[in-house]
Amino acid sequence: MDILQLIVSGLANGCVYGLIALGFVLIYKATESVNFAQGDFMMLGAFITLGFTNADYMGLPFWLSCAMAIAIMGVLGYLLDLVVLRRMFGQSQVAVVILTIALGFVIRFVAGAIWGHEPQSLESPIAGVELRFGGLALGMDEIWVIIVTVLLTILLYFFFARTKLGVAMQASSQNQLAAYYMGIPVKRIHSMIWALSGIVATIAGILFASKGSIDPTAGLLGIKAFAAAVIGGFGSLPGALLGGLIVGLVEPFAARYMPAGYSQIFPYLILIIMLIVRPHGILSQIQTKKV
Amino acid sequence: MRIVFKTSYDADIRLFKHNAQAFWYLLLFAFAILLPFLVSDFLIGEATLVLIWAICGMGLMLLVGQTGQASLGHAAFMAVGAYSNVIYQLNFNMPFLLSFPLAGLTAGVAGALVALPTTRLHGIYLAIATLAISVLTEDIIIILEPITGGIAGIFAPDIEIFGYTFNRYGNPVELYWLVLAITFIVIYAYRNILRSPTGRAFAAVRDSEVSAKAMGVNVARTKMVAFAISCTITGLGGALMGHFATVFTNETFNLIISITLLLIIVVGGLGTIHGAFFGSIVFVMLPLMISLTRDAVGSLTGSGSITIPGLESGIFGAILIGFILFEPMGLYGRWLKIRTYFELFPFYRKDMFRRQKSYLKTERTR
Repeated sequence: MDILQLIVSGLANGCVYGLIALGFVLIYKATESVNFAQGDFMMLGAFITLGFTNADYMGLPFWLSCAMAIAIMGVLGYLLDLVVLRRMFGQSQVAVVILTIALGFVIRFVAGAIWGHEPQSLESPIAGVELRFGGLALGMDEIWVIIVTVLLTILLYFFFARTKLGVAMQASSQNQLAAYYMGIPVKRIHSMIWALSGIVATIAGILFASKGSIDPTAGLLGIKAFAAAVIGGFGSLPGALLGGLIVGLVEPFAARYMPAGYSQIFPYLILIIMLIVRPHGILSQIQTKKV
Repeated sequence: MRIVFKTSYDADIRLFKHNAQAFWYLLLFAFAILLPFLVSDFLIGEATLVLIWAICGMGLMLLVGQTGQASLGHAAFMAVGAYSNVIYQLNFNMPFLLSFPLAGLTAGVAGALVALPTTRLHGIYLAIATLAISVLTEDIIIILEPITGGIAGIFAPDIEIFGYTFNRYGNPVELYWLVLAITFIVIYAYRNILRSPTGRAFAAVRDSEVSAKAMGVNVARTKMVAFAISCTITGLGGALMGHFATVFTNETFNLIISITLLLIIVVGGLGTIHGAFFGSIVFVMLPLMISLTRDAVGSLTGSGSITIPGLESGIFGAILIGFILFEPMGLYGRWLKIRTYFELFPFYRKDMFRRQKSYLKTERTR
């Protein structure tokens, strides 16, 4: 029973990592660059929801504020690409990496200035409710996290595989020039994917803030989500979820069976080993070019 | 505008392009030596800090600016340098003159070990791997508590050379001169590496791995050598930083420091030694500027001085974004543009320094 409990909480944590990793993968899939501020996007989305919902701030109904936060973050993601990242079009990946790291710093500062640096928790209807199956206590929040994550992954997977827009997004990353020839508005596609990843980050943030408390440094969770994305394979949506689940499951078990101090290094250790052994992840997207 | 008439192949790799240039740099060096007679002890402390950051920045510059490999984890190698330097002194009773180069060497070996598996990676994968190493190092320092002191930290003794002690508070001017001498040696070594075949191999790898390979450069080896040299220099800077900070813990060399190093070289100007210095001047002066502005604003509005937590890192982030968007060549690049404008006077054109843009292709197809 004990182990089952660990597995469930690990799965729920893993789903949050997976959701952040989904944001990385979305942007990587369409623009071939990585948004190092994705964790901070998540934090910002959570704080916007919190600002609308919590009684201390505006006290709006939970679902309404969720919808508003998602809309705001979507627009914010679109504008960010339009105003900032479009200037980097055609420049090296490393420059984009540094830019997004700096962006993370700014977002952290803004969130800290508006909502303070104290940890706060979101007053959501799914927090703190427990369901009991025999001896197993399941948090309502954990079940929600798992369901939403799986649904979202499936939805995005089919979006990329089946819809015209999704295929256009993939095309614009695989070969920009060819995408232009096919009449794909590459720059607008990039802005759209940033909007989409802002939305995914907000959903992750809402779920994360319902599970526990949130503060401006919560964005550093993004580093663990990197581990998830790399393990699953950058560029694969189910891979991101798989990687997130692996990291999420390893953590509680390491914390339980390893001496203190060793447990928190496990996600990074797996990440480094993965990068050495199989840098393109479990569900890799590498195709060998046929000559 | 001066046109250098080259009469031999050696002219291409001379330390100074022409004698006037050598004269100006010597003047600058003389000014740096005489600086303690001109300004207060507090500013000398800040100048020492600028030099130390510049050494660390030069380490990262060699990797990012010269070889084109991104590293988000250079604070880890600063930590290796700082800790090993102090441990050699305390646990093995080594003098500073021996422990200091050894600390650099240790950081270099650590860098080479890290480079062995990671040089196969490139672009963002390398960035992520080094990021993970930076995070791991903090935890490893705690795990190795018996020798590193863990969370409680470790106390760096005064630097002692032939019975003469250097202390940040006791004799800041002498410490400044010591750091200046080390900076000079590092710059000289850096310049010489760039002039050597190794340095040109670095540039080849940075500009195009495929063409470097075609020219007979061993890409994997070159990257590893770059990592090792870069980490050696950063480790030396870290060792000095340890002495300057006197006490340091696992949190002294955290991820923020790695990003700070990146900020220093990007703001200063990638790929130039000048850049490391300009960047570290900006980085050290910024907190001073912020507190001055804060006091000024406070006295203007009459509300007393306001403290906003996290303001510094927010402003750093904003500056970094501004530079990447509007001046990717950094402060030194801006200076070059201004100088070229006046040298060529009516003939300077807007796009002279324009970088080539390229259409992106996926890395996922090999």
